[in-house]
Amino acid sequence: MALPNQPAGELKCVENPEIIEKEVDILLVGGGMANCGAAFEIKKWADDNTKILLVDKAALERSGAVAQGLSAINTYIGDNKVDDYVRMVRNDLMGIVREDLIFNLGRHVDDSVHLFEEWGLPIWKKDAENKNVDGKKGLKLGLLKDGAKPVRTGKWQIMINGESYKRIVAEAAKKALGEENILERVFIVELLRDKNEPNRIAGAVGFSTRENKVYYIKCNTMLVACGGAVNIYQPRSVGEGKGRAWYPVWNAGSTYTMALRAGAELSMMENRFTPARFKDGYGPVGAWFLLFKAHLENSLGENYAASQDAKDELAKYAPYGTAPITPTCLRNHLLMNEVKQGRGPIMMVTSKALQKLGETMDKKELKHLEAEAWEDFLDMTCGQANLWCATNTEPEKKDSEILPTEPYLLGSHSGCCGIWVSGPNEDWVPEDYKWGDNGVVYNQMTTVKGLFTAADGIGCSGHKFSSGSHAEGRIAAKMMVKWVKNHPDFKPEPEMSAQEAADLVWKPVKTWFAHKDYSTDKDVNPKFCKPAGMTMRLMKATNEYGGGVGSYYCTNQSALENLMELFQMMHEDCEHLAAGDLHELMRCWEIFHRIYTVEAHTRHIMFRKESRFPGFYYRTDFMGQDDENWFCFVNSTYNKETKEWSMKKVPYHRIIPM
Amino acid sequence: MPSFVIAEKCDGCKGGEKTACMYICPNDLMVLDPNAMKAYNQEPDACWECFSCIKICPNQAIGVRGYSDFVPMGSDLVPMMGTEDIMWTCKFRNGVVKRFKFPIRTTAEGTANAYEGAKGKDLDSEFLFTEEETGFKQAAPEAPPVWKS
Repeated sequence: MALPNQPAGELKCVENPEIIEKEVDILLVGGGMANCGAAFEIKKWADDNTKILLVDKAALERSGAVAQGLSAINTYIGDNKVDDYVRMVRNDLMGIVREDLIFNLGRHVDDSVHLFEEWGLPIWKKDAENKNVDGKKGLKLGLLKDGAKPVRTGKWQIMINGESYKRIVAEAAKKALGEENILERVFIVELLRDKNEPNRIAGAVGFSTRENKVYYIKCNTMLVACGGAVNIYQPRSVGEGKGRAWYPVWNAGSTYTMALRAGAELSMMENRFTPARFKDGYGPVGAWFLLFKAHLENSLGENYAASQDAKDELAKYAPYGTAPITPTCLRNHLLMNEVKQGRGPIMMVTSKALQKLGETMDKKELKHLEAEAWEDFLDMTCGQANLWCATNTEPEKKDSEILPTEPYLLGSHSGCCGIWVSGPNEDWVPEDYKWGDNGVVYNQMTTVKGLFTAADGIGCSGHKFSSGSHAEGRIAAKMMVKWVKNHPDFKPEPEMSAQEAADLVWKPVKTWFAHKDYSTDKDVNPKFCKPAGMTMRLMKATNEYGGGVGSYYCTNQSALENLMELFQMMHEDCEHLAAGDLHELMRCWEIFHRIYTVEAHTRHIMFRKESRFPGFYYRTDFMGQDDENWFCFVNSTYNKETKEWSMKKVPYHRIIPM
Repeated sequence: MPSFVIAEKCDGCKGGEKTACMYICPNDLMVLDPNAMKAYNQEPDACWECFSCIKICPNQAIGVRGYSDFVPMGSDLVPMMGTEDIMWTCKFRNGVVKRFKFPIRTTAEGTANAYEGAKGKDLDSEFLFTEEETGFKQAAPEAPPVWKS
């Protein structure tokens, strides 16, 4: 065989890429729900001569967190009060949230859901006999916007037939924006500030994963929304299964890292999400709890969450723990306590739940119930369905194990880390929660002028999910059009020239060509490091010192200091990342993004000297919730020039009464 | 369960303008070997098993094999995409077979109303385009706080 020192990928890198320069008014970075919302909305407000470009690392039809589909829309206000939506989110996130952002999302989100239904997304309905009706039959019962009744699971979630959810949303986005204004398979890796005006966005640089081309794009304003962060902590499965993450494995923290390197202030980066899901397959549990009314049992067959011990434990985290709906982190906390006490494995009792529901059903209804249970997985986590097949699991006969996953960072699901943004221009929003430029407030703008974000990008406002992410993209789109209108004479001059930016992007390729012949192996070569190895190194370090699954999510000051030293060496070694093909170059930039993002996360954990989110993580040197000292946001900024982080407390203001 | 390509069935999409699986994979895993004119998954341990490649393949040439680190052998999961529904065949290790059909959309592909050419009216309001259209009323907190004295 040939010596194994050739690039593995099909699309080899060349030493000198072509540089494509573009200048637009509005740049949309990312192709998930948020940017599909922005793509739909933006031309409704922009002049016809406004230049808009959307850049997606993948293909819009199946990119982002909804690529595989979803079995529910988790945020639909409907007949509920927006005030109560804010109360729910606030309680789930242990009190410290931006109520202005949550309220604003809550009042706009239904409009996006109504559009989804109009575009063709099947939404389950309740018929006159209170039975569930889906697909086209559900549509015959009327539209949500005209008052048709959705099938609720819990107070805020509605059931859908969502296999093609993203395809439908992307179709409307493409038609609205025009395919000529969309660049697929281009990965934006670094944002560029303006040379003349401090703290102002002026462009971005990235590269094609299909051709040896660097894209240098100048802009007046930008929306950065490329998801959360996955594979930043060692997953429970470390072989082939490490791709079977709960959140999409291609979310590399790009949103947070690109924003923080541009100088944007982050907030609540200490918050994380470690969802309790079906073990290994990571299938969703929401429908099992809320639709099928299943419960969890420990190895003694006890419904431990209903015990007096559980109630006593939750009382320590009042008022959140004693609220009617237990916060997600505290549900994890109770589960972890059972496991640590030796009363695992924890089982979802699917058998009894389905048997109970089946008692009042005829044969046809039973068949439909079984289909509902399988659709829940097949619409959004096919792999869990396969795991059931492979382990001969029929849920009406055999129960399945539940376990919290490795940590993820996100701002749209039951987590709230992200970027600090302005709230809407309303009197009920505190003065220090709204800002802009020249006296104009720009909702969802970061602390960098002209740089907007949405969805996973916005901190302190979780529980927006797919529908809320779409709505936030639309809100940002309108704001950006306003920005362009108010800044008509801006001529972007990015801090780096096109050649300097291309040299930055292409550095791993240059490193590859300089040293590839030194060793006979493409990966084992002391002159460089490869992204696959660096990813394992990052995940091992965070797992061991940063509160991963290996320590039951526990960490402390000494462990975190060790981790900071390891990060420092990782940053230094990233200067020697090497890529011989375009796929590997993508992986180089993804690990670069992951390291900064998880460093921000653990720096925040180090700063916040309490354990506000038990079940998500524990500061073993500061156990318990310390409202006296820590009932506030934690914000951070990074200085790319001095490589210094600064951390601070920011006051919380209550808008919606308890 | 990393995706894999059945060698006999894959023709590299030689009749089409793009290799379908390579076009769609959200994680850039599916690639074409232009000499063999066959596709393959270049990084199986980064596969999210989203089934996008399997659903889009015109030759049903892509399958799944459960992750070697926790999935026992013998199962199979086969989707068939239609224009309105998806059909699933779920084969168990013990031979049990279950079939399901789920709706995927209520409109014809390509007909989503993007309101092309329509324009909003008031750029300075907080209303989104369709909210303006439908006469949506802007909600405010029930007991709004006063921040300025």
